Amino acid sequence: MEAKKDNLEQDQVLLNPILKTGKGFYLAAAILLAITGGAAFAYFKQFVLGLGVTGLSRPVYWGIYITNFVFFIGISHAGTLISAILRLARAEWRRAITRSAEVITVLVLFFGVGNILIDLGRIERAIYVIYHGNFHSPLLWDVTSITMYLTASSIYLFLPLIPDIAILRDNVKKRRWLYRFLSLGWQGTEAQKRRLEIGIAVMAVLVIPIAVSVHTVVSFVFAMTIQPMWHTAIFGPYFVVGAIFSGIAALIIAMALIRKAYKLQDYLKPIHFNNLGILLLVMCLLWFYFTFAEHLTTFYGAEPVQLKIFYAKLTGEYAPYFWSMVLFNFVLPFALLARKKTRTVAGTVIASISVTIGMWLERFTIVVPTLINPRLPTGISFYHPTWVEAFITLGCFAFFIFLYALFTKFFPIVSIWEIREGREKALAEVEERIRTYLPGEVSGEESG
Amino acid sequence: MHRWGMVIDLAKCTGCQACVVACQAENNVPPSNPEQAELGRSIHWMEILTFTEHEYPNVKIRFMPRPCMHCDNPPCTKVCPVKATYYSKEEGIVGQVDLRCIGCRYCTTACPYTLKSFNWYQPHWPAEMKNYLNPDVDIRPRGVVEKCTFCGHRLVKVREKAKLEGREFNPDEYIPACVQACPSGVLYFGDLADLNSKVSELSKSIRAFRLMEELGTKPKVIYLSEEV
Repeated sequence: MEAKKDNLEQDQVLLNPILKTGKGFYLAAAILLAITGGAAFAYFKQFVLGLGVTGLSRPVYWGIYITNFVFFIGISHAGTLISAILRLARAEWRRAITRSAEVITVLVLFFGVGNILIDLGRIERAIYVIYHGNFHSPLLWDVTSITMYLTASSIYLFLPLIPDIAILRDNVKKRRWLYRFLSLGWQGTEAQKRRLEIGIAVMAVLVIPIAVSVHTVVSFVFAMTIQPMWHTAIFGPYFVVGAIFSGIAALIIAMALIRKAYKLQDYLKPIHFNNLGILLLVMCLLWFYFTFAEHLTTFYGAEPVQLKIFYAKLTGEYAPYFWSMVLFNFVLPFALLARKKTRTVAGTVIASISVTIGMWLERFTIVVPTLINPRLPTGISFYHPTWVEAFITLGCFAFFIFLYALFTKFFPIVSIWEIREGREKALAEVEERIRTYLPGEVSGEESG
Repeated sequence: MHRWGMVIDLAKCTGCQACVVACQAENNVPPSNPEQAELGRSIHWMEILTFTEHEYPNVKIRFMPRPCMHCDNPPCTKVCPVKATYYSKEEGIVGQVDLRCIGCRYCTTACPYTLKSFNWYQPHWPAEMKNYLNPDVDIRPRGVVEKCTFCGHRLVKVREKAKLEGREFNPDEYIPACVQACPSGVLYFGDLADLNSKVSELSKSIRAFRLMEELGTKPKVIYLSEEV
């Protein structure tokens, strides 16, 4: 018990957000909730009057809501996937960042699903998807896959939270009943630790294929149709790459905000931003490779229906969106991340904001130009989103940030026990591990 | 087993819009207004597409009536998450159930002919028209997709009638409203499964083509081109 208290003092700063809440938090929460209120009003209007209050039409049946859906589900790949990969790779620098990543995943999934629901003409019938589900429909694959992902990532967020909740139960006077209930009787015995380790390891392996499946089937919603520039096999991997790309960007922004707001400079260090910056750079290059391959294939094949959309994007009415996307997703982040000098906290954050905007634009230029150029002309050549769509979109972002901030007020956003484990156990383990890589020394296992 | 289909002889179409009006009246298709029409939100189960060729003074306009293609391999039914749009194996008709539709508009985006319509607002009729709605056809509420059903309710009706009268149903009794209304005999309707029917015979014409045949959707609306 004595040792436990000592350790906690060392990591006291991680409990501060839960113990004390300053004016800044209430001010931020008020602003975010005000924006959310605006969005709620906009949705109420849409709910009462119908989707006519949007800028949608025939042939642009899908617009910003579907863009948001793909975008938010993409962001969700920040968390669980990255954290699972880093855990499995035993990347020691993960310890301070996994929690903040996993929370993004769980929360943002609700906004992905929420945008689909907002987009429905008759939301009260959404349950028919379960009663009368048609498994030929990629939308039902989405329902299945996203449900699995939400379940798995919630468990994956919760498991490593248990020891921290127990710390809260033992050391924080507030909300005792909640922490007692959620800590599930954690005492930190060896048997409990072993079980937890197995649980986390199993979930980390399980969650990776699920995460990949999620954005693959999101892309299938488009790719399974026979519409030009949607019906392509590249979409599965292209969407997954884009998802991880935007996910890392969101994670970097979240980390920077937490670092600043809760003075966690000692935990979220420049090295974390540097390492994530390198990951972001890799995804940036992959994204460019896929985008290039997709567009060159379309151009070279030169089918008229495809070319119509190709030119709408590259030189036509969607050129401003397309080229901003290239600027935000490739030129700017590449320039910032490729050099060590600019791969600082500020540099990676600017690159991440740029990527977030760029990936939203990417989703938009995938959804809208294809719809607006159908094979049979309908005479409509514009899609102007209305204030309702804009408010609802802003509200999604605001409410997401609010929920994220709220989480930090209930649970430590940097895993206390994992940091402690790093200090107490991993240091020696890593040294041991490196020893096994080296010649000469014979370790326990031959196959290692 | 039937495969109801339509043949449209483009050489005869004058673009008079009688089929469009007949369809609107028969199927309770709500009238649009100029602002909504401008936004591309008018609902048309049957629509006359126009294609302008050459420049003034040698301008030529071609008309093309466009109902639902009632594909034998429909891209729209596959993607519907709730089976609100479905392919009837018995009739070969692509149905649309407004009471089931959740309004996700996946079928509208998947249809390569972009011919499905969505109810952006609650439908509205002028007071004078309200008493003339067809009781055989549902009023679709806001938020659902609708499209041409080949006047499927008429098929149900003639089938019931034959049953009540204790006789075999005669395929010639089933005619959609647009076919009935066309003054210049552009539209033919019948059973493509019956190789001796008029539509089967016309579908073998040298002028016959289907819209975007190359997509493999197998439409049951067959056009006869203006020239050979």
